[in-house]
Amino acid sequence: MFRFLLKRLALTIPTFLALMFITFVMIRLVPGDPVEARRGERGISPERHAQLLHEMGLDQPVWKQFVDYAGNIAQGDFGTSIISKTPVLHEFLTLFPATLELTLCAMLFASLIGIPAGVFAAARRGGVYDQTLMGVALTGYSMPIFWWGLILILVMSNTLGLTPVSGRVDLIKFYYQPVTGFALIDSLLSGQKGAFWDAVRHLILPSIVLGTVPLAVIARMTRSAMLEVLEEDYVRTARAKGLSMRRVIGLHALRNALIPVITSIGLQVGTLLAGAVLTETIFSWPGVGKWLIESIGRRDYPALQGGIMLIAACVIIVNLGVDMLYGLINPRIRHGK
Amino acid sequence: MTSRNLLRIALLASSMLAAAAAANAKSLVYCSEGSPENFSPSMNTTGTSLDAARPVYNKLVQFAPGTTEPKPALAESYDITDGGKTITFHLRKGVKFHSGVNGFTPSRDLNADDVIWSFERMWKAEHPYAKVSGGAYDYFNDMGMPDLLDSITKSDDLTVVMKLKEPNAPIIANLAMDFATIHSAEYAKFLMDKGTPEQFDQIPVGTGSFSFVDYQKDAVIRYKAFDGWAGKPKVDDLIFAITPDPTARYAKLKANECQIMIAPNPADLEAMGKDADVNLMQQAGLNIGYLSMNTTKPPFDKLEVRQALAMAIDRDSILKEVYQGAGQKAKNPIPPTMWSYDDSTVDFEYNPEKAKEMLAAAGVKDLQTDLWWMPVQRPYNPNAKRMAEMMQADLAKVGITATLVSYEWGEYRKRLQAGEHQLGLLGWTGDNGDPDNFFFLAGCDKDGKPAAQNLGKLCDAKFNEDMMKARSITDTAERTKIYQEMQKIHHDQVMWLNIAHSTVFEPTRKSVSGYKISPFGAHEFQDVDVAE
Repeated sequence: MFRFLLKRLALTIPTFLALMFITFVMIRLVPGDPVEARRGERGISPERHAQLLHEMGLDQPVWKQFVDYAGNIAQGDFGTSIISKTPVLHEFLTLFPATLELTLCAMLFASLIGIPAGVFAAARRGGVYDQTLMGVALTGYSMPIFWWGLILILVMSNTLGLTPVSGRVDLIKFYYQPVTGFALIDSLLSGQKGAFWDAVRHLILPSIVLGTVPLAVIARMTRSAMLEVLEEDYVRTARAKGLSMRRVIGLHALRNALIPVITSIGLQVGTLLAGAVLTETIFSWPGVGKWLIESIGRRDYPALQGGIMLIAACVIIVNLGVDMLYGLINPRIRHGK
Repeated sequence: MTSRNLLRIALLASSMLAAAAAANAKSLVYCSEGSPENFSPSMNTTGTSLDAARPVYNKLVQFAPGTTEPKPALAESYDITDGGKTITFHLRKGVKFHSGVNGFTPSRDLNADDVIWSFERMWKAEHPYAKVSGGAYDYFNDMGMPDLLDSITKSDDLTVVMKLKEPNAPIIANLAMDFATIHSAEYAKFLMDKGTPEQFDQIPVGTGSFSFVDYQKDAVIRYKAFDGWAGKPKVDDLIFAITPDPTARYAKLKANECQIMIAPNPADLEAMGKDADVNLMQQAGLNIGYLSMNTTKPPFDKLEVRQALAMAIDRDSILKEVYQGAGQKAKNPIPPTMWSYDDSTVDFEYNPEKAKEMLAAAGVKDLQTDLWWMPVQRPYNPNAKRMAEMMQADLAKVGITATLVSYEWGEYRKRLQAGEHQLGLLGWTGDNGDPDNFFFLAGCDKDGKPAAQNLGKLCDAKFNEDMMKARSITDTAERTKIYQEMQKIHHDQVMWLNIAHSTVFEPTRKSVSGYKISPFGAHEFQDVDVAE
């Protein structure tokens, strides 16, 4: 297992290097620069523009900037944000727990509903339930996130008053310093009565919105995996032995069907970590997605480069975790057979 | 017990105390649109960052809320002598700085050293804080302060003497802008001694009506009321709930999760107007949206062609379609709410037939031109693309083929300012209420070279001479006369085509009282009260 892990880790090094290079070059190909991005309608003389670029070190040849940057990364220094003047790593670590918390809650929501729904659909293949479920899943998959979020706010918050509109906590009732950055944990640590429940309420709508597309994917994936497994000989044998359908599915089929589903969940988590930007914007969720998008707009090169590298690291870790889980479930993969 | 455990217990206790206090406190939540870059107005140019720092700080002079009129603030009075070249500020006595923020306890009241320290940070390269946090003081430089200032000295602890190299009438209005915020020199020294000078721009200490409590990036900024020289504010806690999406801001306002919000979505305005809980405040904006015609590119160097274009474009339809009626047609480069506005200007009429004749008379036939539109929504132009499309259709009617062009926003401004366009849309929102702050957009430098912001690249000698002259005199009546003459030149030369002054909207809950819309788009909460 250790060798398997080492091999996987070694494979990530070229991925990182390529990503670092591509990010570095791509952001510089985008028109504009941090000085331009800061200016309003007021003009700036070419001399002052050049002076400000010089102060930021952006007048150096791009190859030199890259070599310096790569050297700093090798020492664990992700640079300092041009805009906020705070270390990129610090900004990332401040914002990342919010994204991770939201992603995990969204995936929990998607898995808890998606897997049973897929299993039921497979068990009743071709029936009304199956047809309806797959129709709903397709709708969920095609849902425009922004529209879905605003509709939920309008109905759940403004009309029914069941959930808060946005944010992570009721700002008037509760005030506590973030310790871990996870609202659920920090609200518990604060010791303030009602804070935890308030944090849960704030997580409901964004989790549903962010979890909608993964839910559809998981439900469809579970259904097709189950259908495949249900055709296998060992299932037929189990049925022939007189086991109930419920037992066959729950004990024999599901475990095998889950392998591709787990892979899919892992990939989805990776996508959500960086792709939650719309949900974060609608629900004023202070996560890394929104931060990265703003960094593009402001041409905050260090924040953008560092942010992408750090997110890539997280995605690689998640994929590594999935690979290991996969290896645990299926020993043939572990042994490279 | 480890120090970490002690810290946790202290945090827990402070949280519980805060929660208990919160139950009785009166809070005002403002839905802002983004995170500030930092809390030092001297280094910022965005409204978001300036709004976040403003509750904490004061200036020597400040605009009276909701007006463009500079009033004494930290300086209780000032004298202008030496033909406008010397300004003596008499500081208010007993002005306290916030205490207890970031472990700092001030040992003295505000004095002249704080004023000198604040200006010299932006001005002198050898200042100990000049390079802290990047050290780019855009506004100070943009307002021409390095060229204008001769010296800033103190004659006693409460008297600051500012000497200028030449008289400058707009200086008082300029000093009411946020870049001229007064900081605590003692706090700066405290942090420098601690080895953490960068905290100066992240954890602000000032003399303002609210003292800084906490900031969580992209989430919330908290302040508490400070009983300082301006009196205690009406609310105990001021909270900025950072809410980037305008529709989500409105949903929060409806749910009473915030009581005031910035920048409504134009599509929500109608619903807001009908909402029983919402007071949709509005005010004529201190802005101008215009079409620049680049006079370095023929045939726009010909006055007749510029005049013909002014008559070819149906601005009434643009006002109706693009501004949805929330604005007024502009005939001068300055808005009608600004002093010196010349209402006698006779605007160009919409007359495509006459425009065609004028183009023919100027020898222009089958003209092909570009027409640039901004890729972003701005207060003075809610939909530049739609505006450009309408203009394109109008120009086609007089035989001009316009090709629409746009670039990424930063690139757009850069190329426009470099004069790459033929026709281009842009605009301006005033900084300080002085007419000079609008006229400079069409100005040139002393050598007759167009400034970067002069998109038409037209240097009218008389216009420029007037602009310089108006800066050098302090008599408002005399300046008014000059500015009215400049409006006439601007119109006669069609230095750009004035399109519209837009209306600014700010929704609040009906429970909010005392809130005033700032002509500059600033958000101020000193006098605001909330009833629920």
